Amino acid sequence: MENTIAQIQVIPLQYYILFCSALFSIGVIGVLAKRNALVIFMSVELMLNSANLLLTAFSAYRNDPAGQIFVFFIMVVAAAEVAIGLALLVVVYRSTKTIDINALNRLKW
Amino acid sequence: MELISILLLVFPFLGFLTIGLFQKQMNRNISGILASAFIFINLILSGILFWYVSSSNLTVETQLFDWIKFADISIPFALTVDRLAALMLLIINGVGLLIHIYSIGYMKADTGVNRFFSYMNLFVFFMLILVLSSNYLMLFIGWEGVGLSSYLLIGFWYKDHANNDAAKKAFIMNRIGDLGFLIGIFILFVTFKTLSISEIATKASLMPSGNLTLMAITISLFIGAMGKSAQIPLFTWLPDAMAGPTPVSALIHAATMVTAGIYLVARSSVLFVLSPVTMNIILVIGAVTALIGGLIAIYQNDIKKILAYSTVSQLGFMFMALGLGSFSGAMFHLTTHAFFKALLFLAAGSVIHALSDEQDIRKMGGLRKKIPFTFALFIIGTIAISGIPPFAGFFSKEVILTAAYEHGMGMGILATFISLLTTIYMFRLIFVVFFKAESKEIRANHPIHESPKVMLYPMAVLAVLSIIAGFVQLPKLFSETQGFDNYLSPVFEKASKLAPVSEHVLDVQTEWMIFSIPLLFIALLVFLSYKRFVNEKEFIAPTGIQKVLSNKFYVDEIYDFLIVKPLGFISVFFRGILDQTIINGFVNAVGSSTLFAGKKLRLLQTGNVGFYLILMVFSIIAILFFNIIL
Amino acid sequence: MLTQYLFFFLSAVALISAVMVLLSKKPIHSVLYLTLTFFTLAGHYILLNAQFLAVVHIIVYAGAIMVLFLFTVMLLNLNIEGEFQKSTLMKFVAALAGGMIFLVLIGTLKSFDVSIVSNPEMTQIGLVKNLGKTLYSEYLMPFELSSILFLSAMVGAVMLGKKDKN
Repeated sequence: MENTIAQIQVIPLQYYILFCSALFSIGVIGVLAKRNALVIFMSVELMLNSANLLLTAFSAYRNDPAGQIFVFFIMVVAAAEVAIGLALLVVVYRSTKTIDINALNRLKW
Repeated sequence: MELISILLLVFPFLGFLTIGLFQKQMNRNISGILASAFIFINLILSGILFWYVSSSNLTVETQLFDWIKFADISIPFALTVDRLAALMLLIINGVGLLIHIYSIGYMKADTGVNRFFSYMNLFVFFMLILVLSSNYLMLFIGWEGVGLSSYLLIGFWYKDHANNDAAKKAFIMNRIGDLGFLIGIFILFVTFKTLSISEIATKASLMPSGNLTLMAITISLFIGAMGKSAQIPLFTWLPDAMAGPTPVSALIHAATMVTAGIYLVARSSVLFVLSPVTMNIILVIGAVTALIGGLIAIYQNDIKKILAYSTVSQLGFMFMALGLGSFSGAMFHLTTHAFFKALLFLAAGSVIHALSDEQDIRKMGGLRKKIPFTFALFIIGTIAISGIPPFAGFFSKEVILTAAYEHGMGMGILATFISLLTTIYMFRLIFVVFFKAESKEIRANHPIHESPKVMLYPMAVLAVLSIIAGFVQLPKLFSETQGFDNYLSPVFEKASKLAPVSEHVLDVQTEWMIFSIPLLFIALLVFLSYKRFVNEKEFIAPTGIQKVLSNKFYVDEIYDFLIVKPLGFISVFFRGILDQTIINGFVNAVGSSTLFAGKKLRLLQTGNVGFYLILMVFSIIAILFFNIIL
Repeated sequence: MLTQYLFFFLSAVALISAVMVLLSKKPIHSVLYLTLTFFTLAGHYILLNAQFLAVVHIIVYAGAIMVLFLFTVMLLNLNIEGEFQKSTLMKFVAALAGGMIFLVLIGTLKSFDVSIVSNPEMTQIGLVKNLGKTLYSEYLMPFELSSILFLSAMVGAVMLGKKDKN
């Protein structure tokens, strides 16, 4: 058991934090810089995954299964979210014939 | 007995509800009979109670339920029937019944007759609460309730704006008095930690005479009484209250409601006896009111206004009696006054009815032969109120006069003068209305008719009462047994023990003088006014002091100038400057600045999702940043 | 050592492909790069000894979600190249925001202390057996609730996807 944790801890936790933050930031940049709703969606998935990975890392370092259970639940939610989100995207595309988010400005003052 | 005292309240309220709720459906002829029936049952019940309390010297205490009860405050909803209350019960229900019956005839042609009778029953209900209450707060409910029904009935013919104004005036004037009453109740509660009338009387009787708290209480209570009983300076509403139907004037504004003030003072006799200052104030106010009311009455030309000022004057007379410490004298005069003043009002109503709603006495005259029954009844009432023996007014006035002479010669002469005023204005009324040559209006068109029997019989009963009621208590000269005093003595027992003993004991000669000299004057005055008024050809426009009197001392104008105008001015000022400019401006500024900010801020809502996202991300950054640096 | 090399390799691939997701002109390429990213993340899970999560990750993301993305792209014929681009300024601002959030995240997370090991007696928490025990004991309620979430998501997706009658 000591062996397992030690094996994992060969890589410092800071590396994971750095990596996940970077991945998250890339997701953020994607969300902000893109106009294609589909790509924005993918960026959101990136952010979710970076969070997942970090949770798993913490969980493994602390030897606490709760973190991994949470990741499991996040995946559940993400799956549901993608299903609904893509359905919405389809509806939007049907009515506006585009998936440009700048076209979705009907809520303007 | 407890049940009976509860039933007393039930029946009038039942009448109010049934007639009031079904006024659209109910046959117009039935409502009056129904209302009278309820009051008739009440009269029988009151008779039983009266017999019970007068024979057994007990009081009937009925506790219905705890009304207010928390911490150390406990105010039960309880009824007390003692001898004073029983007397009032008889007056209210007896006179009330007669007036109800009279109203069946008087209001026959009116479309709102159902509404009228429901209000009348409501009035009786509240008056009974007032009389039966065992604590001051319940008394206040009744007090306000009679004010309410008075308001409703004064403004009964609400389509005429003047009537509404009169109703409002009565209501507002009463509010001023009620404030005093309410303050009195507050001080009472703070001082005695209870509002029960009997407990307060017991506790107060241990306090020293002239106590300042007691003085404050009694003055506050008296201010309430001033409003309700139309004393100076709050008397101007009563003449205006004549805008209501005449039976209302008879019942509410002559016999019962306006005497509530006297009842209140008599109820709190212990408190008042212990504060001589207040007693003197009452005496002065009563005397001034009686004097001014009597003087104004002489120069009025509206038959009901004359009677109204007469009522003001008589009420002032009763307050004089109270101020002199003669509580039972005041109650005695209250009783007899209820009879003959109700009779006079009803007879006046009969005259008005006969002349198809003509109230100006200058347009009357010579009615003696046209409506002989009404004339006879009016004469009886006039004799009674003028204090001619052996009618009721003589006896009750004699009690008060004796008390006044015991107080001092000056006071006695003043009281005599006031009571002589009564003779002048009443006989002027009689002579102008019944003896004078017919005016051209009378000759011209009025189909003058005697009132129906349903109106005459109640008046006849009142006339009989006006004649015989005085024999309850003969003057001390003739009889050792003082029936009325003895009857009420348990009620005023505590007060009379505490009262300072009067040093003046009048000898027999003086007593003879007291009522023989006024009689001579009365005879003289009747003769003079006969000469003066019957043969008067034209009504001379009043001049000098007469003009002041006929304009009611300009009291309304003075009030208008002193209170209404400044208030109006202040109101306009506050409305214009404070309300519209400052408060309104502030509120509007808040509104318009919100609107402006909204107009500018909504431009942020570009509808551009990317822009929102950037804002969101920057916000998250800011939050996390603060998280780090803190 | 091998673990470290693997970590760096996987991280580098993941970051590069994540960047490529954003840089690709065609959505279909983005989807494919994203799939690559997900596979590398699965590798990370294995590195962290979370075998169960790695498997679930591949099944859910690569198997289900990415297929959904691909289907959407194909069926709606969304594979349009560079049709809409944000302005350079917006891109710059986005990059700035991303950089700032990176720094802030590092700053927030670096102070986390994970030296306390909460279940020292437990081994191999990432295995199905251990995770299952926890899941069906402590987290039974959320687990059951998540099925309702799925059901409603399914219903919602079907409802939204239905063609309008009018």
